[in-house]
Amino acid sequence: MVETKSNSILENLNSQDYKYGFTTELETDSFPKGLSEEVISKISQIKNEPEFMLEFRLKAYKAFLKMSEPEWALLNYPKIDLQDVIYYSAPKKKTGKDSLDEVDPEILKTYEKLGIPIGEQKRLEGIAVDAIFDSVSVANTHKKALAEIGIIFCSISEAIQEHPDLIKKYIGSVVPHTDNYFAALNSAVFSDGTFIYIPANTKCPLELSTNFRINTKGSGQFERTLIICDNNSYVSYLEGCTAPAFDENQLHAAVVELVTLDNSEIKYSTVQNWYAGDENGKGGIYNFVTKRGKCAGKNSKISWTQVETGSAITWKYPSCILLGDNSIGEFYSVALTNNMQQADTGTKMIHIGKNTKSTIISKGISAGKSSNTYRGLVKMGERAKGARNYTQCDSMLIGSHCRASTVPYIEVEGDSNRVEHEASTSKISEEQLFYLQQRGISLESAIALIISGFCKDVFKELPGEFAAEANQLMSLKLENSVG
Amino acid sequence: MTETILEVKNLEANLEDGDKILKGLNLTIKAGEVHAIMGPNGSGKSTLSKILSGHPAYKVSSGSMNFLGQDLNELEANERANLGLFLAFQYPLEIAGVNNLEFLRMAYNSKQKYHGLEEADPLDFDDLVESKLEILSMKNDFLNRNLNEGFSGGEKKKNEILQMLILEPKLVVLDEIDSGLDIDALKAVANGINAYKNAGNAVLMITHYQRLLDYVVPDQVHVLSEGRIVLSGKADLALELEKKGYDILNAKLS
Repeated sequence: MVETKSNSILENLNSQDYKYGFTTELETDSFPKGLSEEVISKISQIKNEPEFMLEFRLKAYKAFLKMSEPEWALLNYPKIDLQDVIYYSAPKKKTGKDSLDEVDPEILKTYEKLGIPIGEQKRLEGIAVDAIFDSVSVANTHKKALAEIGIIFCSISEAIQEHPDLIKKYIGSVVPHTDNYFAALNSAVFSDGTFIYIPANTKCPLELSTNFRINTKGSGQFERTLIICDNNSYVSYLEGCTAPAFDENQLHAAVVELVTLDNSEIKYSTVQNWYAGDENGKGGIYNFVTKRGKCAGKNSKISWTQVETGSAITWKYPSCILLGDNSIGEFYSVALTNNMQQADTGTKMIHIGKNTKSTIISKGISAGKSSNTYRGLVKMGERAKGARNYTQCDSMLIGSHCRASTVPYIEVEGDSNRVEHEASTSKISEEQLFYLQQRGISLESAIALIISGFCKDVFKELPGEFAAEANQLMSLKLENSVG
Repeated sequence: MTETILEVKNLEANLEDGDKILKGLNLTIKAGEVHAIMGPNGSGKSTLSKILSGHPAYKVSSGSMNFLGQDLNELEANERANLGLFLAFQYPLEIAGVNNLEFLRMAYNSKQKYHGLEEADPLDFDDLVESKLEILSMKNDFLNRNLNEGFSGGEKKKNEILQMLILEPKLVVLDEIDSGLDIDALKAVANGINAYKNAGNAVLMITHYQRLLDYVVPDQVHVLSEGRIVLSGKADLALELEKKGYDILNAKLS
């Protein structure tokens, strides 16, 4: 019964146990569940925020109350009860803003288990890390060294207090508080996130990264990240996400805003490995994220690379507003869904400036009974003379119970603009697997090899060692119970 | 006594839930021998190659296949390969995005690992591959392309032979390696096969045509018909078949 056996291998790709699914036992200060003006004021108060921030939050909340949850995505889930979410949860012990000695050893242990180098002796050369645990930033490495060359790399809470002018100027400037239901919610209740400012004429010498960890059961994470790259500057940023395996769903509603001024570039990479729920679809993170970059300056560039492997639900469209003339937007994405996972993800490239260029490479892999949708918009206005876009969307199906969809929207005005779109859907064939096996390669390695070949154009955009990590993560997620 | 590489006895096999294709096939191949299997379309030639190499779509219902003292039926396709059974595909598959050289090294190292030998690092492996490229008159840039992706028919077949030379199997099954080759490619492929052959290994060629056999001379020629070997002879049998067609089977068998 060899045939049946090898078919079942493709049908039942059970993801390996999620290795980041542990919980850290900690005393926390958590708000009671529920959303209200009072909760929002308390968040602002506990963070010691200036008045303008509270106003921003309350304005967003007012807008939010008039909005309803979007239903256009190809996602199927019960309505989220926002009164059943904890909006603020922080470890009781002090955090190590200035020295790691103050950080709760349990938290340090957590990051050790996650393989994130925040301990002094274990810091990786070339990478600075901001570690966000539930609602607060618990550690931030290399901050002082970076400050010496004028780079601000800190938690957004800290930036709100110490750099209020920059915050005032840029927060909500790319994703307005009225943008969408989840962005409005985030603007009202966001707890922490990362703030980066690269001054003019500076190439950031380190990879900057944030590790997001949701720990407390029932708590949501509302991260807010803002990155500004001033004239003639460059930064590469990497975001990683993990969460414990709980039976109930948890909400992650983030807003990320990027701004590039003249001749500057932000390279933003994400390896998303939130808990995906079990094989029957119980538990897992609901990931509703608004990520957008504005190429405000001429000749500037924003490049999104994402590897989405976790979450029960993914709703995410990292986008670029190409305002400056000759600016460039890029979106490289691998989205893998297995078991009961659902992803509706893609990008928006809004061409406003002259001679703006965008590239979209999207690779969707669906296994199990999952659903994987690419949704993307390319829009070119009248003013965007000579704008160009190239889009390539490839889907790969593993087994016959999953679904892949491609939903491209193209809106082009003016006749000097050019859009190219290519799409393909393929299956891993038994014949390909047999061919590789006939050369001595095991079935698992054969699947991993085909997947890594399929994702190559995206993985090569990831910074150095993370490409290898992404490959490993893919194999892990598709690892099956052979025999 | 010469080592027996493959011994197939009374082999019966079918497609999963399909009709019987092999109906009592017997074949013994010893070290140092070159065998050719010919036969009309649909006689079961390609099926034999797939069953030997462990294609999951086929099922053995009775009989035995013994390879170097091991029962092939007990082994997965990749184990058979690592043990030294190599199938050169009639239609080699394209694998997008997978670098040819990296694939070759992965296959080579799978075998090394299986036999408890040291895996090759990229530099040593490059040397090994380059020495084999010469035999096939292949250019270096061949290695940097994706596995069979966009290769011409001839390039795909040469790539099969390259893999064979690198993996140094004990038995190679060549499934219509000569189909779709121009004369230069045919010579290069034959060159590769002759370079591979030695007293310790064996070749089983499945072919429709005599022309490959001019370059790689078989010790034995078998005619497969309706799932069984009905006639065996020396190299001249192939010449006779080429001249007179399979009609001679009726005369010889009656």
